[in-house]
Amino acid sequence: MLPLVSMNGITKFFGPVKVLDRVDFSIYPGEVHILAGENGAGKSTLVKILAGAYSDYQGRIVMEDREIRPSSPLDANRLGIAAIHQELSLIPSMTVVDNFFLGHPMTRSGFVMQKAHRQSAGEILSRAGVDVSVASFVEDLPISVQQLIEITRAIRLNARILIMDEPSSALNAHDVETLFTLVRQLKGEKRGIVYITHRLEEIHRLADRITVLRDGKLVGSALATEVPEKKLIQWMVGREMEEQFPRHTPQISSEALRVENFSVHRASRAHRPHVDRVSFSAARGEIVGIGGLQGSGASELFLGLFGALPKRTEGRVSLEGKAVHIRSPRDAIAKGISLLTNDRKATGLISSMSVTANICAASMANLAAQGWRRPREESRVASEMGKALQLRAASLEMEVGDLSGGNQQKVAIGKWLTTNPRIMLLDEPTRGIDVGAKHEIYQLMNEWTARGISILLVTSEMPELLAMSDRIIVMHRGVITAELSRQEISAEKVLEAAMGKTNGGGNGQ
Amino acid sequence: MVSEIREPLRRDLGGGSKRGSSVLQTITRALTSSAGRACLELLLVLLLGVIFNADGAFFKEGTHRDTLRQASVYGILACGMTLVIITGGIDLSVGSVLAVSSVSFALLTMHMDWPWWLAIITCLLVGAVFGSASGALISNAKLQPFIATLALMTFARGFAKYITGGQKISTYVTQGDKVIIKELPPIFKVIDSRIFGGNLAIVSVIFLVCFIVAWIFLARHKWGRELFSVGGNEEAARLSGVPVRMAKFLAYTFSGIMCAVAGICQAAQETQGDPETGAGYELTAIAMVVIGGTSLAGGRGSMGLTLLGILTIGYLQKILSINAVPEAGRLMITGIIIVLAVLTQKRRTK
Repeated sequence: MLPLVSMNGITKFFGPVKVLDRVDFSIYPGEVHILAGENGAGKSTLVKILAGAYSDYQGRIVMEDREIRPSSPLDANRLGIAAIHQELSLIPSMTVVDNFFLGHPMTRSGFVMQKAHRQSAGEILSRAGVDVSVASFVEDLPISVQQLIEITRAIRLNARILIMDEPSSALNAHDVETLFTLVRQLKGEKRGIVYITHRLEEIHRLADRITVLRDGKLVGSALATEVPEKKLIQWMVGREMEEQFPRHTPQISSEALRVENFSVHRASRAHRPHVDRVSFSAARGEIVGIGGLQGSGASELFLGLFGALPKRTEGRVSLEGKAVHIRSPRDAIAKGISLLTNDRKATGLISSMSVTANICAASMANLAAQGWRRPREESRVASEMGKALQLRAASLEMEVGDLSGGNQQKVAIGKWLTTNPRIMLLDEPTRGIDVGAKHEIYQLMNEWTARGISILLVTSEMPELLAMSDRIIVMHRGVITAELSRQEISAEKVLEAAMGKTNGGGNGQ
Repeated sequence: MVSEIREPLRRDLGGGSKRGSSVLQTITRALTSSAGRACLELLLVLLLGVIFNADGAFFKEGTHRDTLRQASVYGILACGMTLVIITGGIDLSVGSVLAVSSVSFALLTMHMDWPWWLAIITCLLVGAVFGSASGALISNAKLQPFIATLALMTFARGFAKYITGGQKISTYVTQGDKVIIKELPPIFKVIDSRIFGGNLAIVSVIFLVCFIVAWIFLARHKWGRELFSVGGNEEAARLSGVPVRMAKFLAYTFSGIMCAVAGICQAAQETQGDPETGAGYELTAIAMVVIGGTSLAGGRGSMGLTLLGILTIGYLQKILSINAVPEAGRLMITGIIIVLAVLTQKRRTK
């Protein structure tokens, strides 16, 4: 069987970083080709190249004996390639039908043919089994329906190759079935489908062919029947653990945090919750790693515990044996909880303000107890913190936005250390920073736990999770699927559980 | 994503060996800062005054005195406006709330014979109520500042007309069918007088007091920090425990109080309460803040910059008026200067 399209020796750099290294990838007609790998393995980059999002790659893409080079999404569409991205690309304030024909309207002498639009959109949607009025506004529809509309829109383009990047991440069980029916229908029409997913169940049910990437390199590619689950996990994990993480033997003492039946709902309760009745605890001086792939709900769990999603959380939280109600971030800070968010630009730092202002931002209740600020005291606190974190900044009065990524992260960490926390929720503490700065942050985590602080750590980097955690909880779509003690920890077990396998380990504590 | 040292930092870190080599560098850096540019604008406008000095009128003491006096009411509005704009918001209602305060003051003192201090307190409260109405709509009902204050602007103008019956409130009071002329309450003369041998108008003193209060809050109070952090990154501020809603609410309330102060000064200067007064003042106040270099996007700015902006616009208007430029030309030139000034302030267009 000849492939519809084959990508040969694709290499791609982001700045100096090689994110794809001579990857081969072929798509065959009437097949669902699963593209798997850990976060950051290069899956999304690879499909984005095919979809025309990046044209500065090295290598060849061949379609029907002709080399193609999709230069833009529109260009890719013309070549018969359509992508459905994780982030929806529908325009919420427009109607279904207007979205459907966005960028490719049917026109007669320059005027849009509204009636023909409505008719054609209605037909395609009903054939695909999506029950929705074409005149309704996208923002009024549930995310699941939006996702299905996005997929059917790609069908309308008559695309021969459809790329779906985690299409099921926001869908509930019923909508997943509609999606699968749709996928099978597309397969029957001899289209080629690239399907990125983190869920073993979906791989089982859909895969005809599987390709695994790791660290930008091709690990293996084979027919699904030739890749049993165990082999798949091996392919994904693969790497040897290096002795690069200096976790000290912890001094774990009494219980600091207990969470029981804790849920975090979505804005609309009709959808499955981000976090569904999880229970766990953390001791003083302990690092509890929370493993999970995209959509596991770990970040939302942190926001919920921190009081940042008021009215959307349920469950019991106790600190050092005392039940507490945390209604706002201010509450949480006062009770000794800190949250280092996973996106320092969007939610962590105020980049237009100085290093000092940022370091003091969460401690103003103490630093300006009467309301009047004490700039000299603030400078003292900031410079001490700067020293403790080995912050490299020309001046503490410079804007945080002008610092390098690693130093920005240190400022974000410094902000929380200044509050004197007892519990630190760290969400991707080493994202986007260089190796040197990472090491410094690992050392700091050792220091904090030695002082009795307990840390909950969410990270998408498996080696970091394995090496720094004293215990690992694994989440999959909002529920805990495994709890592993330090002795039980292995990359395979974490990954299995993160992909939804529930019997894969844990001592059931 | 890889960490990289961005340009400004590299320059600062690597500059050690070269430091001291160039005074020029220091000067260019000073000039490229917001304050440097705002100073430059003011100097350019003053230079315009030196060139078009209207037969020496520009060099007379009285001209500068008048400039400050005439800019004072706008300046008071700009004080509140600065705080609001730093949160990333805007207050379009200031001109109308000024009118409400102005007519209330005239009504209470002239027609109802209230003691001056009680009238002032009442006006300040009225201003605070209007300001906090905007504040509540924005921080609690989550309306966009533009819409909320546009509504308040319209409502307040209507309110000013309602309580006056659309008439100007002056010392001519109709009682039954006869008109009596009352004496102008002394507080009007006090506010409209000058001290230091006629060199400093009381309204200018009031402006300076407002300015210093706003400056102290912004620079030295926790609330000032909160305003900057809300404007810089509201979500990060919320997650740092900043009382975002309260900070915004208070900013608009403060702006309302500033409107009330300006309204009292306006009434004193006009010796009447005119429900039509202050129309378009919001735009002058916004222009003063923005020309100073406070970012409309929020998060960056200072009272010092606003002072430079107030003087720039104040002098510009004075220079145009001493040169007897007709209103049509004055408006067009002011428009052009605003665009030029904001273009030079443009930075960080990411």
